Amino acid sequence: MNSSRRTKILERISTGWMKFWLVVLMLLPILIILGLIFRSMPVIHTGDATIFGLSWRPSSGEFGFAPFIVSSLYVTIIALILAAPLCISSGIFLCFYAKSSVIKIVQPVIDILAGIPSVVYGVWGVLAIVPFVQNLNNLFTGSGGTGYSIFAGGIILAVMIIPYILNILLELFMALPIQLQEAGLSLGAGKWYTIKRIILKKAMPGIISAIGLGVSRAFGETMAVMMVVGNVAKIPEGIFQPGYPLPALIANNYGEMMSIPQYDAALMMAALILLIIVLVFNMGSRILTYHYEKSIG
Amino acid sequence: MKNLLDKKARQKYEEKAMLWVMRFSTLLIIITLCLILLTILKKGIGSLSWEIISKTPKGGYYFGKDGGILNAIMGSVYLATGATLLAFIIGLPVTIFMNTCMKRDKRTLYAVRFILDVLTGIPSIVYGAFGFIIMIALHVHASLLCGILVVSIIILPVMIRSMDEAINTVPQGLQESSLSLGITSVAYGYKVLCRQCLPAIVTAVLLAFGRAIGDAASVLFTTGFTDNLPQNITEPAATLPLAIFFQLSSPIPEVQHRAYAAATILTMIILITSIMTRVTGKSCNKNAIKE
Repeated sequence: MNSSRRTKILERISTGWMKFWLVVLMLLPILIILGLIFRSMPVIHTGDATIFGLSWRPSSGEFGFAPFIVSSLYVTIIALILAAPLCISSGIFLCFYAKSSVIKIVQPVIDILAGIPSVVYGVWGVLAIVPFVQNLNNLFTGSGGTGYSIFAGGIILAVMIIPYILNILLELFMALPIQLQEAGLSLGAGKWYTIKRIILKKAMPGIISAIGLGVSRAFGETMAVMMVVGNVAKIPEGIFQPGYPLPALIANNYGEMMSIPQYDAALMMAALILLIIVLVFNMGSRILTYHYEKSIG
Repeated sequence: MKNLLDKKARQKYEEKAMLWVMRFSTLLIIITLCLILLTILKKGIGSLSWEIISKTPKGGYYFGKDGGILNAIMGSVYLATGATLLAFIIGLPVTIFMNTCMKRDKRTLYAVRFILDVLTGIPSIVYGAFGFIIMIALHVHASLLCGILVVSIIILPVMIRSMDEAINTVPQGLQESSLSLGITSVAYGYKVLCRQCLPAIVTAVLLAFGRAIGDAASVLFTTGFTDNLPQNITEPAATLPLAIFFQLSSPIPEVQHRAYAAATILTMIILITSIMTRVTGKSCNKNAIKE
């Protein structure tokens, strides 16, 4: 009798602990958004911070976010253009053509790539990508430039989101029912034709959502991009020009933000904008995945 | 008939061409990894020395004088270990709760997983900014403790989802047969499920550790930076990613070389964690019931 009572008390305590943390975790996104809105209220209220404003002069109280949002968009788009075709073709190869021995080699490679810290990617970018971009710039435009540019940031980001997107794609292709392939083959279509016309068509929502998740990941990447992108608060005119993405803005200025009035509020607003963009892409992709998973049963 | 054959032949060529494209992209990904590791290690091994690993920065360190990055190594190890432990203490019960008591409630469970995935997607700099807001509200300064708290929140959803993926695949029959023998749901979770999914749990913990030790953006706000070894969790602490970042931006070559050395150490830690994940994932399942 005594022991069963003890079990009951223990059970109540542990269930309480579980429920408590579950509720905290569920409320966390809302708490973060509310906290950021609250802290950025001073600049939203006075209208000093504008999303489409072009000039960034913290000392005179002008906070225009356009250069940063545009820079973020540029690096993300470049990263996607580089990463998405690579991921899709490699994913198809690994799932439908490669021998299991190849997958055994590639899987650890993906895992290690996914695990390398952002800063190490940044060091690699400074050592390898920045000189490379500088040479490329010399070749195309003839003008020097430092190599610290939107393009360098885009390349680094591409390398960083490749393992992320590829992992999702592999999972997605593996989940497709084998009957799809069999049906195509039994009708006399070749393997490639089946993949192109049946598999890819069926998997399209999944592929789009994988890329959407890649976008949300790329948007929030801070350290690596910040180390190679040049950090100049101006709307970049070309891909070889330096840019200043949103996360870099926040990370670079945390030291001074208490010294200038309203600066901290503006930076928190930057974090808020960043969070909202990331959440839109992330949640949109996940909802798409959900419907897609339902459709393939 | 001829037309049809032509079509077949064309498709064959297309397949061949595409196959080469696909092989090439896969190869490119592998080569990229090798290039990254080679570049970092080549630069770093040369600058690595016993002094760098075993000493804290001395006077004039940031102008190329004596010293090492022991402060950053220890800070990172403390931070990552603390955060992983804290996340585990919270994460394991939550995962078990999701997979025992909530198992029937498919709708809520779906919502919970959705929110966890969303949390995984929030950039670490936003967590850092949020942590900073809380720190301002509570009037506390940057410290190891704040870093541990924020990093543990960052890795918590990663850890939970990683364990959840594995525990989710355990057949329902195991729970039913356990409950029919008279144990409670919670006891089933801790005594049966944990044993059944030990490899996945170890993997999740190591994955979270790797994530914690490499995170820089949130630590920037919450942990600060110091040249001393952390004596106390209420003091600020140095971390490896930040040490790399600060030293790389220095114009002095000696200091830059130390950044490469630090990057090598961090990469090594990540590689070892990754290898351990693979090894333990295979070897911890002797207690699992096989079908």
